[in-house]
Amino acid sequence: MSNELTWHQACNSDDVDLEDVLGVTIAGNRVAIYRSPDDRFYATEGLCTHEQVKLEDGLVMDDIIECPKHNGRFNYRTGEARGAPACINLRTMPTKVEDGVVYVGLANAG
Amino acid sequence: MLLPNAMAADAACLLQIGSETMKPTARDYSLIGRNAELAVASGLAAAEWYQTDIPRSTIKALMKRSDGPAVRDTLIWFALLAGFGAGAWYFWPSAWSIPFFLAYGVFYASAADSRWHECGHGTAFKTRWMNDVVYHMASFMILREPTIWRWSHTRHHTDTIIVGRDREIFGRRPIDFAKLILSIVPVWNVCKAVYNIASHATGRLTAEEKTFIPEMEWSKVYRDARIWLLIYAGIIALAVVLQSWMPVLLFGPVPKIYGHWLAYYLGVLQHAGLAEDVLDHRLNSRTVYMNPVLRFAYWNMNYHIEHHMFPMVPYHKLPELHEIMKADTPPPDKSTFHAYRDILPVLWRQSKDPDYFLIRELPPTAKPYRSDLHGGPVTVNVAQAS
Repeated sequence: MSNELTWHQACNSDDVDLEDVLGVTIAGNRVAIYRSPDDRFYATEGLCTHEQVKLEDGLVMDDIIECPKHNGRFNYRTGEARGAPACINLRTMPTKVEDGVVYVGLANAG
Repeated sequence: MLLPNAMAADAACLLQIGSETMKPTARDYSLIGRNAELAVASGLAAAEWYQTDIPRSTIKALMKRSDGPAVRDTLIWFALLAGFGAGAWYFWPSAWSIPFFLAYGVFYASAADSRWHECGHGTAFKTRWMNDVVYHMASFMILREPTIWRWSHTRHHTDTIIVGRDREIFGRRPIDFAKLILSIVPVWNVCKAVYNIASHATGRLTAEEKTFIPEMEWSKVYRDARIWLLIYAGIIALAVVLQSWMPVLLFGPVPKIYGHWLAYYLGVLQHAGLAEDVLDHRLNSRTVYMNPVLRFAYWNMNYHIEHHMFPMVPYHKLPELHEIMKADTPPPDKSTFHAYRDILPVLWRQSKDPDYFLIRELPPTAKPYRSDLHGGPVTVNVAQAS
């Protein structure tokens, strides 16, 4: 896998409320875009590592995303799993915002 | 009658995998048996489930956490336990202690059931440690080992009433009525639970338990079981020191025997008599209207279709969720009596005919039961009670 990133347009910054999450599909992958209470954008893989439930239907509380099905909790800034039934960390992706558009960086296949 | 494929398969106990058609056999509710393999092979395990359409902003508002309602209800609960427990102790050994024991037992073993449930979902309180403290306390009161049952209940929500996958299926068919009646005063279940705790304390899990508890969690099971045994020893030691039965009658496993009946009476309503092996909670769960006293004891788990479809909505928001989605669900039973009037004949028939189950009609405003969620329509003869 190459370390180089390709930046993909994910959504408009207004599409995501403060302290909320939006699901998008980028290059065939489900990605969750988070807007933190301090108005920063983050991205993780879009499915819970426990049972592949869409995190975009979950609840964002501060820096935690909670899976809508089983209460699996992750820190969406770091991807860290924060307790059962979530045991495996989420993969995170870099984001940037330009002219009101949120971009997600995906590593190029090497 | 046109029915979802999996439901039909369940009804006839026929399941087609590729070109092979399996012969009808008895259901195998074990998590390591024939139906466990069939559930995975037929796509019923960890599947997509029907969900009522609710705008994101609405469901987000309903999922929002707060500590207030659960702190209030927990303080009231503690006060009731303390009051009835003190009354039982004060009047012991006269007959006047009996009503206090009965009330104490209900709040100890039945109300704790719903506290265990809500705090296990992590939705009762906003503050994480409050959920954890009440969860562990309630787990102890109802003899549900916290790690085992956290994972068991996770599975129950992934594969609700899927035979071979869901460990928490009540009323396994064919229904054994004697067993159901004996479970009202669960002497045998309590003995079995204590045996399991002792077994886990020695560092052993059953093959079935290993199917739903990840290995990294096993040490927690053993640790909790050892702590519980120590607490049991402490209760017995206290009884010896005080030369009194009261510690044994008020704490540990015994109150579950005389106080579990209400949790049982209400818990039966959740899924009994309804379909197995379907992917729509409207077909396998039941919502029943209850009075405020029962809803306090039960923490609104009477809104069970709503809870299963949106498990992250806190108990105190379930009535609101019910109002929003009731046009898409079968009409709720008007009372527990009303529900039992439907359920008991179905259970009786299921004791003889395990393929029989209740399908409840949807209102005209609801989206129909989706056969595509269960693998495509087939036509079969299925018993229907109404």
